[in-house]
Amino acid sequence: MVHILVCVKQVPDTTEVRIDPATNTLDRSSAPAIINPYDSHAVEEAVRIKEQFGGKVTVISMGPPNAAEVIKRCITMGADEGYLLSDRMFAGSDTLATSYILAKGIEIISRREPIDLILCGKQAIDGDTAQVGPGIARRLGLPQLTYVNKVAEVEPDKGEIKVHRKLDDAYEVVIAKLPCLITVEKEINELRYASLPDMIRAARYQPGVLGAADLEADAAMMGLKGSPTSVTRIFAPTQRGQGEVLKGDVSQVVSQLIDKLSTKISQNN
Amino acid sequence: VAAELTGDLARYRGVWVFIEQREGEIVPVSLELLGAGRQLADKLGVELAGVLLGDKVCGLSDRLYEYGADKVYLADHPVLRYYRTETYMKVFVKLVQQYLPEIILMGATTTGRDLAGAVATELSTGLTADCTVLDIDPKQRLLLATRPAFGGNIMATIVCKNHRPQMATVRPKVMKMAKPVPGRRGQLVTWQVDLKEEDLLTRVVEIVKERGEQVNLQEAEIIVAGGRGLGDREGFRKICFGLAEAIGARVGASRAAVEAGWIEQKYQVGQTGVTVAPKIYFALGISGAIQHLVGIRGSDIIIAVNTDPDAPIFKECTYGIVGDVFQVVPALIEPLKELLSK
Ligand SMILES: Cc1cc2nc3c(=O)[nH]c(=O)nc-3n(C[C@H](O)[C@H](O)[C@H](O)COP(=O)(O)OP(=O)(O)OC[C@H]3O[C@@H](n4cnc5c(N)ncnc54)[C@H](O)[C@@H]3O)c2cc1C
Ligand SMILES: Cc1cc2nc3c(=O)[nH]c(=O)nc-3n(C[C@H](O)[C@H](O)[C@H](O)COP(=O)(O)OP(=O)(O)OC[C@H]3O[C@@H](n4cnc5c(N)ncnc54)[C@H](O)[C@@H]3O)c2cc1C
Repeated sequence: MVHILVCVKQVPDTTEVRIDPATNTLDRSSAPAIINPYDSHAVEEAVRIKEQFGGKVTVISMGPPNAAEVIKRCITMGADEGYLLSDRMFAGSDTLATSYILAKGIEIISRREPIDLILCGKQAIDGDTAQVGPGIARRLGLPQLTYVNKVAEVEPDKGEIKVHRKLDDAYEVVIAKLPCLITVEKEINELRYASLPDMIRAARYQPGVLGAADLEADAAMMGLKGSPTSVTRIFAPTQRGQGEVLKGDVSQVVSQLIDKLSTKISQNN
Repeated sequence: VAAELTGDLARYRGVWVFIEQREGEIVPVSLELLGAGRQLADKLGVELAGVLLGDKVCGLSDRLYEYGADKVYLADHPVLRYYRTETYMKVFVKLVQQYLPEIILMGATTTGRDLAGAVATELSTGLTADCTVLDIDPKQRLLLATRPAFGGNIMATIVCKNHRPQMATVRPKVMKMAKPVPGRRGQLVTWQVDLKEEDLLTRVVEIVKERGEQVNLQEAEIIVAGGRGLGDREGFRKICFGLAEAIGARVGASRAAVEAGWIEQKYQVGQTGVTVAPKIYFALGISGAIQHLVGIRGSDIIIAVNTDPDAPIFKECTYGIVGDVFQVVPALIEPLKELLSK
């Protein structure tokens, strides 16, 4: 029997994000909220491990009340239980504060049922930092294995896990003691289709909600107050400048391009 | 010259760069960061140090001085042979607590991001991820770290006002490596490592090099990249590989081409692929989605060929050709070959 906990984040679909040209800020309302794509692979992996050894998958998400939707989504994917960490005091948290809040939530849950393994996505597609996983691992004092693209072996009895970590030009086979935290790549698995019973269960499911007081957390470590970083400016990325579009038939554009390149190359040298 | 701070923050001085090495080879982004770190250190009027961890890596320190380091902190020990978060993090954190740098830079590689996240949490300080621009606000001695977020749709400048050190990871290939100064010297500070293998919770069993050819797009001088506009696998092979082979370039791809199964993921350029900075980048049948553009902005020259005059790529390229790749590219091969062989 294993107890696996997965951290899932609700994110705006970044393919649909629009920038308000007047203010250069993000128009979040334009983008539908989805489960962070890497996190759905983390849930899938957790469910697979549960199917192998028996046990339970718990998901947690920190976010506004409507983030309960991503938890319900996880239930359709085979998760057993979910908690939403939600409180005004959490707003504006950077990765240090976010990992503090999530680690506090995990502590509360593990007091009731000890956790063998924590899974996170490799990164969230909005903030894109990949810092929350390592942050949680440090706060809980657990080994961290990031960029995992294969879980090779889980041995709950020996208290060990063996995984493949994707490196820039290779992969690494590592063994770590359980409990530990891993962050996953999308290649780790193929998502399954939701089963009808899970969909029915999810439709009725209401996750437990934990606020700052439930977490027994230090107010100075959450939200803006607990965040050492702050965003001072947001702007649209600078373009390289309008390109020069060459005109004419194929042979004309080709010779123009060659001329221009040859001048440019001699300038650059 | 930068202002002096008072109070606790004033105890932190100097700029550090984590020197990532694999099997005794320095990863290029570390040298790029010495170049960037040198400029920050000069603006602050402080020293630049490289932090070198590994097993039998002492010999690398001379190169670090040549690339701009005034000092090298060296921890050389068998437990540091392979990167592991727990060992590297413990040593790094102790070094910081002993020597109190005000800024720490690491490459935004898998190793750098893994280590930075752990170190920043241990030190309870701020970390800005995946930066593409770094600057200093001299009045408050602040690191101004600018990074893309929301899939490259926006840029954000982030500061860490009241905590030290200020930490950032930086994408490979966005900072320019300084020209090495042969014979430039610096000071070596050796650190005694007191970790024992039997106390550790992780163990690296093996490192498996990816099979097949090394792609190494980050180092390429010329890249010919193809997108969905090449139609099918055969079109991709003929046009993209055809031009690349003729002129000795590397092949790259948009995500659409990768997802269509025409080429492996390791060739993907962009936000979820690699960031490149070649002298010439050909974008053939690539529309120029923001997630692709963020990966190619460091290129010197971008040449786009696309049938759609309104394709966003034309707003970001150096030279654009509105036309069919199947007509334009074959006509380009011979004259380009001749030009580039000169
Ligand atoms: C434009 C912009 C830039 C930013 N840059 C930085 C920065 O450089 N440094 C910084 O410290 N903060 C930064 N932030 C704040 C940061 O995005 C938030 O703290 C965010 O809540 C967590 O970071 P992330 O999205 O990068 O997550 P990541 O660290 O990329 O997420 C990794 C994994 O952690 C888990 N996880 C993350 N968040 C949650 C959650 N809320 N609930 C459950 N699981 C979660 C998921 O499993 C996820 O896959 C930035 C915010 C904005 C708007
Ligand atoms: C989170 C996220 C991350 C992403 N990361 C990346 C990434 O890292 N890299 C990446 O590339 N994309 C990435 N994308 C996808 C990106 O948004 C685009 O979908 C993708 O780049 C489109 O690829 P494309 O330009 O090849 O295809 P399309 O957008 O379909 O463009 C094809 C182009 O070919 C032109 N064309 C058609 N026929 C011809 C012809 N005969 N001759 C010349 N031109 C022709 C068309 O006019 C069109 O402009 C990401 C998306 C998301 C959401």
